[in-house]
Formats: sequence, C-alpha cells, structure tokens
Amino acid sequence: IGKKSSWVSSNLLLIRRGLCLGTLPNGGAMEHLITQLQSHVQNVLAGGGPQAVKRNNSRNKLLPRQRIDRLLDPGSSFLELSQLAGHELYEEPLPSGGVVTGIGPVHGRLCMFVANDPTVKGGTYYPITVKKHLRAQEIAAQCKLPCVYLVDSGGAFLPKQADVFPDRENFGRIFYNQAIMSAQGIPQIALVLGSCTAGGAYIPAMADESVMVKGNGTIFLAGPPLVKAATGEEVSAEDLGGAAVHCKTSGVSDYFAQDELHALAIGRDIVKNLHMAGRDVPTNGLQNMNYEYKEPLFDVNELRSIAPTDLKQQFDIREVISRIVDGSEFDEFKKLYGTTLVTGFARIFGQPVGIIGNNGILFNESALKGAHFIEICTQRNIPLVFLQNITGFMVGSRSEANGIAKSGAKMVMAVSCAKVPKITIIVGGSFGAGNYAMCGRAYSPNFMFLWPNARISVMGGAQAAGVLAQIEKGNKKKQGIQWNKEEEEKFKTKVVEAYEREGSPYYSTARLWDDGIIDPADTRKIVGLCISASLNRATENTKYGVFRM
Amino acid sequence: RDFSDNGKKTERIEKILIANRGEIACRIARTAKKLGIRTVAVYSDADRDSLHVASSDEAIRIGPPPPRLSYLNSASIFDAALRSGAQAIHPGYGFLSESADFAQLCEDNGLTFIGPPASAIRDMGDKSASKRIMGAAGVPLVPGYHGDEQDIDKMKLEADQIGYPVLIKPTHGGGGKGMRIVHTPDEFVESFLAAQREAAASFGVDTILLEKYITRPRHIEVQIFGDKHGNVLHLNERDCSVQRRHQKIIEEAPAPNISAEFRAHLGQAAVSAAKAVNYYNAGTVEFIVDTVSGQFYFMEMNTRLQVEHPVTEMIVGQDLVEWQIHVANGDALPLSQSQIPILGHAFEARIYAENVPKGFLPATGVLHHYQVPVSSGVRVETGVREGDTVSMHYDPMIAKLVVQGENRAAALVKLKDSLSNFQVAGLPTNVNFLQKLANHWAFENGNVETHFIDNYKEDLFVDAKNSVSAKEAYEAARRSASLVAACLIEKEHFVSARNPPVGSSLLPVWYASPPFRVHHQAKRSIELEWDNEYDSGGSSKILKLTITYQPDGRYLIETEENGSPVLEVKATYVKDHSFRVEADGVINDVNLAVYSKEQMRHIHIWQGSFHHYFREKLGLEFSEDEESQHKPRSESSAIPQGAVVAPMAGLVVKVLAKNETRVEAGQPVLVLEAMKMEHVVKAPTSGYVNGLQVTVGEQVSDGSVLFNVKDKKNE
Repeated sequence: IGKKSSWVSSNLLLIRRGLCLGTLPNGGAMEHLITQLQSHVQNVLAGGGPQAVKRNNSRNKLLPRQRIDRLLDPGSSFLELSQLAGHELYEEPLPSGGVVTGIGPVHGRLCMFVANDPTVKGGTYYPITVKKHLRAQEIAAQCKLPCVYLVDSGGAFLPKQADVFPDRENFGRIFYNQAIMSAQGIPQIALVLGSCTAGGAYIPAMADESVMVKGNGTIFLAGPPLVKAATGEEVSAEDLGGAAVHCKTSGVSDYFAQDELHALAIGRDIVKNLHMAGRDVPTNGLQNMNYEYKEPLFDVNELRSIAPTDLKQQFDIREVISRIVDGSEFDEFKKLYGTTLVTGFARIFGQPVGIIGNNGILFNESALKGAHFIEICTQRNIPLVFLQNITGFMVGSRSEANGIAKSGAKMVMAVSCAKVPKITIIVGGSFGAGNYAMCGRAYSPNFMFLWPNARISVMGGAQAAGVLAQIEKGNKKKQGIQWNKEEEEKFKTKVVEAYEREGSPYYSTARLWDDGIIDPADTRKIVGLCISASLNRATENTKYGVFRM
Repeated sequence: RDFSDNGKKTERIEKILIANRGEIACRIARTAKKLGIRTVAVYSDADRDSLHVASSDEAIRIGPPPPRLSYLNSASIFDAALRSGAQAIHPGYGFLSESADFAQLCEDNGLTFIGPPASAIRDMGDKSASKRIMGAAGVPLVPGYHGDEQDIDKMKLEADQIGYPVLIKPTHGGGGKGMRIVHTPDEFVESFLAAQREAAASFGVDTILLEKYITRPRHIEVQIFGDKHGNVLHLNERDCSVQRRHQKIIEEAPAPNISAEFRAHLGQAAVSAAKAVNYYNAGTVEFIVDTVSGQFYFMEMNTRLQVEHPVTEMIVGQDLVEWQIHVANGDALPLSQSQIPILGHAFEARIYAENVPKGFLPATGVLHHYQVPVSSGVRVETGVREGDTVSMHYDPMIAKLVVQGENRAAALVKLKDSLSNFQVAGLPTNVNFLQKLANHWAFENGNVETHFIDNYKEDLFVDAKNSVSAKEAYEAARRSASLVAACLIEKEHFVSARNPPVGSSLLPVWYASPPFRVHHQAKRSIELEWDNEYDSGGSSKILKLTITYQPDGRYLIETEENGSPVLEVKATYVKDHSFRVEADGVINDVNLAVYSKEQMRHIHIWQGSFHHYFREKLGLEFSEDEESQHKPRSESSAIPQGAVVAPMAGLVVKVLAKNETRVEAGQPVLVLEAMKMEHVVKAPTSGYVNGLQVTVGEQVSDGSVLFNVKDKKNE
C-alpha cells in the first residue's frame, strides 16, 4: 500500500482534482460476509436439488441457466438479477424464486431473459416468482430490451393463489406487460421448452413469436386430468397441446423445434432477425463508441476491504470511486462545498458517468450540491451512479431552521425527475430520507444492488428503539403503569433485533427490494453492464416539477 | 571453370516457355528469373488460377483439363511458344519431357529444347532398345526379355524362363505407371493385359518388357550432366529406395551405407551410359542394387530433370536448372568431375494428397490451410497455395520437402522437425506416414530397400489390435482436444473483443474475458468428433468437453470420462494460426487451422510432433417439419449388403461383366481410371452381377454404388 501511494504521489495524475490515494482502512470482516453470500448463491445455483435436476435431464431438458447460456453470444457476459429472491421467505426453500432472470447479448443485441426453473416446484409461480418476473419486465420496458421467455411452468402456485392472482401487481400483470411492451415495439419472444399450463399459456400466446419443442413443450388452458373431469374427453398432453397441434393446427405457436437445442437455436435466429434499427434510436444514449479504456489504477479486489462492517465507522467514498472508474480518474465537482456529498465526473468502460457518493450526513449544502449536479448530468445526458452510504439528513433545530426539508426536497425532486439512466449501489447504510435523496428503490433507479454489508431501514435500530421506548413509556405512564429498567431494555432489544433482521441485505433481496447482493469486487463490472443496458434506448429530456426555493 | 560460350556468338535464351505445371514449373521460373530470363507458363482450364501461372511473366492457355488435351498436346504447346516469342522450351518432368517427337519438333523449328537431343530420348525412351545399347557399352543389365515380339504366349514363355517373380513394365514412360509384379505363372495374363492398357492410356505405346524381379533391391540412381561439347560428368548418386506403389516418397543423397569405391563404380557406369547415346543436358541413370549380392544393374535412363533433383543440388551446391539453361545455350560445363563435392547429406520427402490407410489412394480437395516449415537448410518446392484445389486431373503431389544437414543424422533431425511443422488441412496427406518412416529405427540406420514399407508395415501402419497404443492415441487426442477448446475460445474472445457484433452499440464489458457471471463462473461445452484410427469400424468418437472460465483467464477443461483429470489451460493467441499454450505447467507452441465445410467446423491442431484432426458440428441438422423427421440416410448405412462402391472418383475405362452374369469372388468387374492410375473393381463375393449401370467413359463419384453382387439371379 505504501508503495502504491508513493507511486501515485510521484505521478502527474495527482493534479487531477479529487484523485484519492490507495489507502485501505479496513479489511477482514467483509471476507466473511462474501463467503457467506457465495455459499447461499451456490445453494440456489443447484436449483431444486439433485433429484429434480436428474429428472429434468432425463427429459432432455437443460437447466434454466444452461438454456440461457446457449442463447447468449458465445463467450459473452450475463447479468443475472436477484439470485437470492425468495431466500428464507417461505417455509420451503424456493431457490432464486423459481425463475432465473437477467440480461445478456444475442447477436450483439441485449435481451432480457426470463427462464422458469422446472426443478423448483415445477416452475410454478409463487408470489415472489411473479414479483421477479414483473421486475424483469419492468427493466425490459425501461431499457427497451427484447424479452425472451423460456417457459417451463405449471402456472400459478395454487395454495397461495390469493397472493398470486387477484391484485394489480400479480400474475395477470405479466400478460398486460407483454401487450404494452409489444405495443411499444419491444419484441416479446417465447420459447416453450416445457409445460405452459393455464394462465401460463398466455405467455407464448401473447408473444410476438413463439417456439415449441416437440414432446416437451405443451400449451393448454387445462391439462388432460382437468379436461377429463370437465368433459370426459380422454386425450394425451401431446395431442391436447403439443408442438404439432399448436404449430400446424391452432397457430398458437410459430416455430416447431425438434428438441430443446433446436428451440434455443431458433430463439437465437429470431433475435438475429429483429430489425429494430428502424424504430430504435439511430443515436442512442451511448456517448462513447471508443473501445479504448483504462482499468482503474487500484486493484478492484481491494473493494472487499474498504467498507467497514460496522456502519458507524465512516469511510471515504473516493476509495470506492477510485476502484470503479477508468484509470481511477475522477474530476470532482464542488469539492470544497457540502463536503459530505461527493459529486464528480468519470468514465466507466469509456462511458462518461456522473457519480454521487456519500461521505457523511446530508446537510443543506450537500443536498443543494446534489440537486445542482443532477441537473448538470440530465442536461448533458450523463448517466448517474449513486453510491449510497447514508444515515440520513441532519436533524436538529438549526438544521430545520435552515430549511433542511426544503433542501432535501430539491434533491429528491431532482432525483425523481432525472431521465438519465440511474444506477444505485448501496455500499453501506441506507437510512431514512437519505435513501430517497440517494435514489432508493422507490425512485426507480434502472438497477439497484447491495453490498453484503448493506443495511436498509427507515432509521437505525438503536434510534428506533429509543423513539419507540419513549412513546411506549408515555403510553404506559398515561395508563399509570411504571416501566422498570429491565422491561425497557427488553423492549428495546426486541426492536433492535427486528430492525437488524429486516434491515439485512438478505431480507431485502429475498423480497426483491433490490436487484441482488453483489461482491464489492464486481461493482465496476456490474455498473458497466447496467449502464450499457440502460443506454439501450433513446435519450429523453428531463422536465422537473416545482422546486421549493 | 565458369560456363563459357566458347567464343561462339550465338543468340542466347531470353525467354523460356515452361511446358509443365505445379511445383516444377514454379521451380524453373524461379531460376529463369534469377538469370533475367522471362518466363511463359502454359495452363489448362483447371489451372487458370494456379501458382505456376502466377509465378510466370506471362501465361497461355493450352486446352481443357485432361492432360492429353493440354499438357501432353505438343501442337498446342508448340503454338504457344511461337505466339509468346520464346526461344526455348523447358519441359520439366513428366508430360512431354521424354517425348522424342516433341524434342524433334522443337529442334526442327529452331526452338531450343532444354534437355537432351531427341535421338538420346528416343534411344533411352524405348526400354528394350536402351538395354541393348547399354549392354553393348558394358553396363551391367538385369536378366530379362526386351524383345519386340509382344504376343502374350511368347511373353508368358519368356517370363517362365526368367523365373518368378517377374516384373512387367511398359517400355515407355516411368514413375511406376503400368508396372506389375507377378509372383506366380497364373497371375501373369491379367497383369500383362492391365499393364498394356495403362501404358497405352498414359504413354500412347503399349509395348511391355519383362525382367527378373530382385527380391531385396535398392534403387540407386546417378545424376549425370553433359554439355554439347562432349563433356559428361556425374553429380553423385541418390538413394530412392523407399517407395510405395512403386513411387518414390523419400529420397536422399548420397546413398547411405555404400563405399566410396562403389560410388565411383556407379558414377563411372552412369557416365559410360550417357556417353553411349551422345547425351547432353541433365539425365539420370537408374540402377537396381541387389543388396544380397552387392551387384548393381542398369535399369533405365531418365532423359530429364527428375523430381528428386533438389537432393543432388543440396549436396553439390549447384542449381541444376541453371546448368540446363547454360548447356542449352551451348556453354561448357562449369566444373570438372574432381570439382564435384559432397556437402553433407540431403533428404527429400514428397508430400502427397493421399489416403494412406486406404492403400495410398490419391485424394483430392481444397487446401484450406497450408503452412510449410521455414528454416535454413530447409527447402520446400511447391506448386500450390492455401486455398488451391488438388484436382483429380493431375499428380496429387502437394510439395517436396528438402532438407540438408552436415551428415545423415543431422539431416534426419531436420527432416523430422520439418515434417512436424508441415501443416496441411483440407485433404488427407501422407505427412504423418512420412513422419513414421523418418522416425523408424531401420530408416535411421540407413537400412533402406525398395520393400522397406512392406517389411515394416506393422510399425508404419496402425494396428487396431494394439490396445496399449490405442489407449495412448486416445489420451493424446483427449489432451489435444482440450488444447483445441482453449485455443478456439481464446481466439473467439480475441476476435469479439475487437470486432463486436455488427450494429452492436454495447459497451465492451459484455464481451470481456472471462465472461461475467454473478457469483459463479461461466461454463460452456464443446463436442469434438475424432476419427479413431484404432477403431476397426472406422467410426468416430465424440469427445465432450466442459470448459469453465477461470477469473484469471485460464480454462478448466473436463472431459466426460470417468476419472479423467481436469486440465487447466492458459492459451495466448499469438497471430494467424499460432498460439502459446500452457497446460499443467508445460508451455508449448500450438498451431490451429480451422475451416468450415458441409455444416462442420474442421479443426486441425499441430503441437510438437502431434497432429490431430477434429470436427465440430455447426448448427443442428433438422428437417423442415415432423413429416420428414427421419434424418437423411447416412452414406454408410444406405449401402445395402453386396453393393460395391467406387473407391474413388474416376472414369470407367472398362466394363468386364454384364448384369445377371455369374462372377466369382475377386473377379474383375470394372476398371476405373483416376489420377492416371487404373483401379480394378472386383466382385466382393461370388454371385450374380446386378444393378450395373455405368458404361465406359462415364465419370463416377467417390462412394457411389457401382453394382451389387447377389446370390440369386433376379427373376
């Protein structure tokens, strides 16, 4: 480290504003979190377990990730989303929420893949499965990515139908989204690689183009048992809704595939034949077609040792920035003003970005600086990267008198209305209104990822316990009950524990409050992939609402 | 002594027409250029884009592809010479090089024929006449019959007198064409008739001579050179004993394991032979050496520059084509006999397009990849480039690899190394076979004789029953397949990182190496098809490889084989076809040739002395809809029992049986001609001929069904 610092200090790059030195304040504890994370991921990558996988293979079917690999351009990357969806959410395990989603290139065009995992509960839709499917469609709609559905599902998970079927953001929304996206010219492609029963039948039926595999692929509103019960007709699955029926007679499907590999090959051809140049943007948001870029000066693996696991310890967000951006070159904007918010320009894989990171509590000045910087970036069509590590806005009489609410509102307004791609990475805490101003989930960033040390809640557990204890104490006092110290502590501990559990990144990611927990060392790559995906559409002018001045 | 023109003020050659094709035409053009002489190539329609045409200053079309209508068409070539204004014609070897009539035509019309006088060609071209002349000049001869009386009964009688085995040989031509060995009296008639037919087809003359067949012979020949002033000298001998199908494949100079005295005797005999016919220009006197008795006999004199002349050039340090041109200009020889050195040792290996396991059958195809070794003391004479086609019209020789070393052992080291660096992909070649030859202990010892290949066939050909070498071969193929996978992926990444898919506006990170996956490593699988030569069924084996991208850019490669080790490979793409590969800590140079043909990706890998060939399916084979699901019949399974297929593409020259006639097993039914060789198609079993539809003059394609043999007559 010492060597590296001296090398940089003797280098001309020091004249660049804001280049930080490669000092590493922390290390160790994060390694444990990453190991834990990777073991959780290894579990879900195994799908529904050896038995189910074996059964799947015996039917000449691949696993969902293998299917996607065959569709992707050889040797290309795949940005998988929400691997740990459904983590400890239900009594039974539901690896990856029963569906694999993610983005990758096919013939040089980015696509959104939604692949049912037939080894997990027969590919049926749990509430979280629906949520993950809808989230993938939301991203696709936002980034104008063609959707490729790899269908192999038994439809809605009936025991939980109340949480799957009736509401606005439930199962039916999948087909609504397909219709709306198709109307917007976003191709909808379905590959029927397994069963596609009941409601699921609408995925291929609603698609622009669909492929069916002989023998394995079936589409019907009601399967043979239900048909027999309803009408007495005895018919095999293949005769009822097999590939031949739908490709030759019903016209529900367009391409007849001899086997799964054939279907995947047809899928690639369909994407190859998409001609979106006409309606797409000739000059999309991509501002840098120069493939030359510099790697950061510092080892990205050092990102694993920068953030402390104890969120009370502050760290310089520039340490993170210098390991994410090209050449570790960061041109800092308004460096001396509102210093708890770090803003500035850099490039990631050659693409210019505006970076906003936290270096402490947000004050009036920090919030105003943030709003200013966001305005600059939207004017210039520069994508924004938020690096969240925020405990909140400054409280207290002086702050309120200075109009902290007004300043915060300006930044929230700017964040909400900004039409440039927004990527949020939570590298530490994400508390209170700070979460809003720093483009939390409610502000629809194009993508949002967590580091394993992240914590999200309305306030810190200890603070919440203090507030709640005071209210409880007041209530009890009104009822004339005396609260002893011991009981109060017990009450507080309970609150802290609940906050601890619910603020955990696993609690968040299991419920799809984010797009995944990532290894800090992958941050640069993932931000690069996300920005590239977000720039797949035409630029849009930003129009702000009324700023309270 | 330099070449001197003896003060005569004659017109010197300024432009040469090269009446040949392939490597020799290129070779002649090179020397001509060196001397400032302009060159005119001739070409048939099949050769319009060939290297010999490109190597010459001008080129003139002489006719359609069949040699008789082009390269053997003396009128057309003579006309080309007149049109081009060339003063001389170099005939190369083969074709018109030993046509006395053509030489005469040139002489009569004031064109210089770069070669011997027509009279010498005539004398030596007739093998019976040449033996008479040689006998008179005191050159030792093999017992035999060289008479004009060609009646089959008379010939049979003579053969019986000489004693079997007897060699049947056309009096004209060479290169082993039409030659037959007869071991027993009852084989004689069939062989004799076939030899007559082939002689007629190839040389236009069907006279045949008979000779005592020497069982353990060596083929040693002496390069001689004469000028128009009566000087004749020899440039030492070449050993051309290692032959297959009576054609030379490895030649060397000087001959190994002979004494200086023997060499002097041979040289003397050769010079006497040349002088007996007032020879000038380049010639070769071939001797057969009986290794048992140590006797040598005159076989024939080749009145041309020979294929294997470069080995002589290497050991005497002279350019024989240059000598030929000077002699044709009337200059005297530049050296005297005592000035001829022996500079070390030289080998020549002939690289043929041929199918070694199928009995060295000539092969045709496109040279999808062609890379020859480049090194000092290594010379490659070639008439083809990458992308050229080796057609069925002409000789299937691709190149001559010539190496020189300070002694035989040193030259052999170079030969082996050069052979392992001789890369041809797209058609089968004999390179691997040549490697086995060069590495054989008996060859290393110089124990060469004309039956060398037959004597050591167990070592030189694949023995399917040898399970140890079968396992070794499989292990080597598996390892090679792993390296292939690593190199293919590395190259693919190299290409896609620089040339992202057309129209793509993605950031390069999507195609970064290794491909990104969230919390795991990307994997992929590759299936390579490998022809297992140890599998007597000739079937191919599918090697299934799983490749896991490692974060540091290495590849973990597993084969779907129980207990097979995982190989960690790091491949670095250097340029063109070359890679540097590290596997298990061993770093190697690897060369890869990849081309696509018929829905297959064909992959050749060269590493050290290994060469492997794999195929990878491109896309999927499926029919249009389910009605026609049944896959296209594969060639092999489609052939019904008893069917006889064409062993190669060729022309039907004789149909010896009719439909419904009874044939015995082994009885000739058809005669095909291809690559200027006759191939007798025999009945595989006894029975009745059926379905025979081909007629004389018809072209048949490789693998097509010619006829069936059935147990019963069709009703």
